[in-house]
Amino acid sequence: MSDITKQSLSELVENIKGKKLSSSEVTKAFVERSEKSKELNAYITEDYVNALNKAKKFDEKPNLDLKLPGIPMAVKDLFCTKDLRTTAGSKILNNFVPTYESTVTQNIWNEGAILIGKLNCDEFAMGSSNETSFFGNVQNPIDKNLVPGGSSGGSSSAVAAQLTPITIGTDTGGSIRQPASFTGTVGLKPTYGSCSRYGIVAFASSLDQAGPMAQNVKDCALLQEIISTYDEKDSTSIDFKRNVYSKELTKDIKGKKIGIPKEYRVDGMPKEIEDLWKKGIEYAKDCGAEIIDISLPHTNYALPTYYIVAPAEASSNLARYDGVKYGFRAEGENLIDMYEKTRSEGFGAEVQRRIMIGTYVLSSGYYDAYYLKAQKVRKLIKNDFDDAYKKVDAILTPSTPSSAFKIGEKTNDPVSMYLNDIFTVPVNLAGLPGISIPAGHDAKGYPLGLQIIGKAFDEQNILNIAYAMEEKIDFKNNITDWWIK
Amino acid sequence: MSKNKSEYLINRNDNQYEVVIGLEVHAQVTSESKLFSTSATKFGAEPNTQVSLVDAAFPGMLPVINEYCVKQAIKTGIGLKAKINKRSVFDRKNYFYADLPQGYQISQFKDPIVGEGKVILDMQDGQKEVGIERLHLEQDAGKSIHDLDPKNTFVDLNRSGVALMEIVSKPDLRSPDEVNAYIKKLRSIMRYLGTCDGNMQEGSLRADVNVSVRKKGSKEFGTRCEIKNVNSIKFMQMAIEYEANRQVDLIEDGQTIDQETRLFDTKKNETRSMRSKEDAHDYRYFPDPDLLPLEVSDDFIENLKSEIPELPDEKKKRFIEKFKLSPYEANILVSDIETSNYFENVIKKSDVKLATNWIIGELFAALNEKNLEITESPISAGNLSKLINLIKDGTISGKIAKTVFEQMMEGDKDPKKIVEEKGLKQESDPKALEALIDKVIDDNRDKATEYKSGKVKLFGFFVGQVMKISGGKANPQLVNEILKKKL
Repeated sequence: MSDITKQSLSELVENIKGKKLSSSEVTKAFVERSEKSKELNAYITEDYVNALNKAKKFDEKPNLDLKLPGIPMAVKDLFCTKDLRTTAGSKILNNFVPTYESTVTQNIWNEGAILIGKLNCDEFAMGSSNETSFFGNVQNPIDKNLVPGGSSGGSSSAVAAQLTPITIGTDTGGSIRQPASFTGTVGLKPTYGSCSRYGIVAFASSLDQAGPMAQNVKDCALLQEIISTYDEKDSTSIDFKRNVYSKELTKDIKGKKIGIPKEYRVDGMPKEIEDLWKKGIEYAKDCGAEIIDISLPHTNYALPTYYIVAPAEASSNLARYDGVKYGFRAEGENLIDMYEKTRSEGFGAEVQRRIMIGTYVLSSGYYDAYYLKAQKVRKLIKNDFDDAYKKVDAILTPSTPSSAFKIGEKTNDPVSMYLNDIFTVPVNLAGLPGISIPAGHDAKGYPLGLQIIGKAFDEQNILNIAYAMEEKIDFKNNITDWWIK
Repeated sequence: MSKNKSEYLINRNDNQYEVVIGLEVHAQVTSESKLFSTSATKFGAEPNTQVSLVDAAFPGMLPVINEYCVKQAIKTGIGLKAKINKRSVFDRKNYFYADLPQGYQISQFKDPIVGEGKVILDMQDGQKEVGIERLHLEQDAGKSIHDLDPKNTFVDLNRSGVALMEIVSKPDLRSPDEVNAYIKKLRSIMRYLGTCDGNMQEGSLRADVNVSVRKKGSKEFGTRCEIKNVNSIKFMQMAIEYEANRQVDLIEDGQTIDQETRLFDTKKNETRSMRSKEDAHDYRYFPDPDLLPLEVSDDFIENLKSEIPELPDEKKKRFIEKFKLSPYEANILVSDIETSNYFENVIKKSDVKLATNWIIGELFAALNEKNLEITESPISAGNLSKLINLIKDGTISGKIAKTVFEQMMEGDKDPKKIVEEKGLKQESDPKALEALIDKVIDDNRDKATEYKSGKVKLFGFFVGQVMKISGGKANPQLVNEILKKKL
């Protein structure tokens, strides 16, 4: 089989289980394609030799009862992986090798998957274009001049370019859904508390969630059922009954009520996005869903709220990177001097900007005006969704206000960059699940995504809606392998 | 300093100043593991051997609350007759230091686990109530060691993450003696509860001391200074006396007092400025998003209430009512749980009055001399009880008992065996005593004649002689009776 890397996860699992393919063959195919794809800069750290050895070992005694039998897989470099460097895209963790494994990745290896490398991302997941990474920007396989989105840009690029059959990202304000939308792939941000945060380098603790990224909804569902477990090591992990998402997946969404929030028709939204949304509504109707207009009145406040809460938490979460215990340390005259040099040289500009914003909004005299008020608004945003879900089962919106932009286009305009998260951040603020599926192309042929937002713990429902719509949309990604010489 | 006085006034020129003191006591929770990790908390372990990935703040590590520490804090709250808050919140207190791996301390700021309570002090001039403002749980930091290397500082993270209770008093204390009584009472309550061992040498109990002065009779508080991290009662008292006098001197000199944080230099016996209010840290407190608010149910609190032992105040009341002890005696016996346990074990099988006297008198003196705690007493409660019974039933005299006691102090021996082996049994056989008395009268005929002619003072001489030739074993009461007849 010459086209191993073109197969979906489900096909690969079936072929390995049916002994038509060995783990070694599959792993070798993805390693070779990854090696030929260095130009994309999707990887920060490669672990190909170990991966091939592990695949060989798997084949010697294959356990075909596992859900990911000998499947190779690269993950975002925000997940701590035992004995393999974990950088969070930052110079400050350039040399950091964890002695422990994140719960989410452990769940994946427990099902037989094999790590092939760590994928590029914005530094500490702060960014929407993967341009803040210390390890350089990542190219979108759609077009070499395009960003792959962020912060899980290495992940979206790698899945779209088929360097890994599936992957995981993290989503604090849209970092899974936006890059999925930019690359024509599927990305799910689960309910807050669904996937353990243990062993994931923290950005904003009350918003961070790990989630699956894949070529299609079914693969996404399978990975979600593997990574989502209750974990006592994370105090915010929630013990709820989790579905076997891939098994319970159905295209029958007849009678489901889908809400269309009028506040998401933002000023200056490109007509292409407006049209995509309308098309999405038609697809949903075609699947038998009932469309209901709803209102989420505080939507306008979501972005400013997010850019207070997230930097506030980040400013504190990143205090541990001080050069004392691990990671990068710059020499200094004394302790304070060492701190200042380490953090000035170790953190990039965007991370420093957010640490400063966060420090400012938590300062005495400003706390009430910013942080406390933002927490109150956050509650209102959550209430909006609660009210809406009295009438509907899910909500349909565009994933992003535009298609992928050009590398360098927004780097000097942070506010315009932040505006990219406008449709995704309310979901994080409310702790809800949201999925982005590819739904069409703009005039330039760049992919566009639609977002389906669900009730808390109702991943199954939005996966089902996405699964049904996916079939109607029948999206095809235009990827020409231009980077393979 | 041990006069236990509530009044402490500083006189300068024609003015009298009163000292106002409030304490923030940091008490280490007695617990096998840390507040948010499973690392051990043993004192004196090799540096950095009790450190988990959470304690060292590795990337992606998360705190998980230790339920036992929560129980300990609530128990302490109950012991302080305080309001238990069913919902409390852990906040981050942000600051940079080499021995603070997270770059923040997890503490409780706005919503502590325990609210207002009180502690009763027994002072020379009566009882004094000291208000408790709050008690909250927080993590300890690690330790920076500056003197092991000329260029580098070493960090020991064994203490990093250890659970502390910060107990904040109201500014109700007025003298160094009250501070002494307060710390001792707090320590006693926590030791009764088993929530803090109160070991000040090991740093299990230390305090920040807030001191201000004001003219006697004034209702307004003066500007206070906070003396950080004082780790013995004596140093607290010395620091207060120095600081109060320093402030009075400034006022008398027409100067103002700056609100500031000060350090107590134990070698020079003075406090000195550490940082002014302007330089105070902005800790940027905010709720820790890694932890949910801590919620406890009524049942949870009620269950803990049922585990609370009899505390010193109640025990004292019982001792006075049931055993007719004086308040002074009761105070001494309940001050420490180990002492009161010892006392109650002794009186299970022996006379209360004698037991009280022997424990407060002989035993305390002997332990003091050997610098031993009651838990290290060479004499077990059971054997002391036996000794008291030997006195009570007339087997030995009080005087002989002291000899036996001394031997018991050398090793926990059964007093009955000592009496037997050394032949110390009291001679109470009237015939044997008569023989002794006859001999004494025979040997001292001249004195006997003098006695009979009215020199009654000589009676004591005869008793002494009888005791002497009996080797101290003659029953003094019987000797008296028989002598009277014979003379």
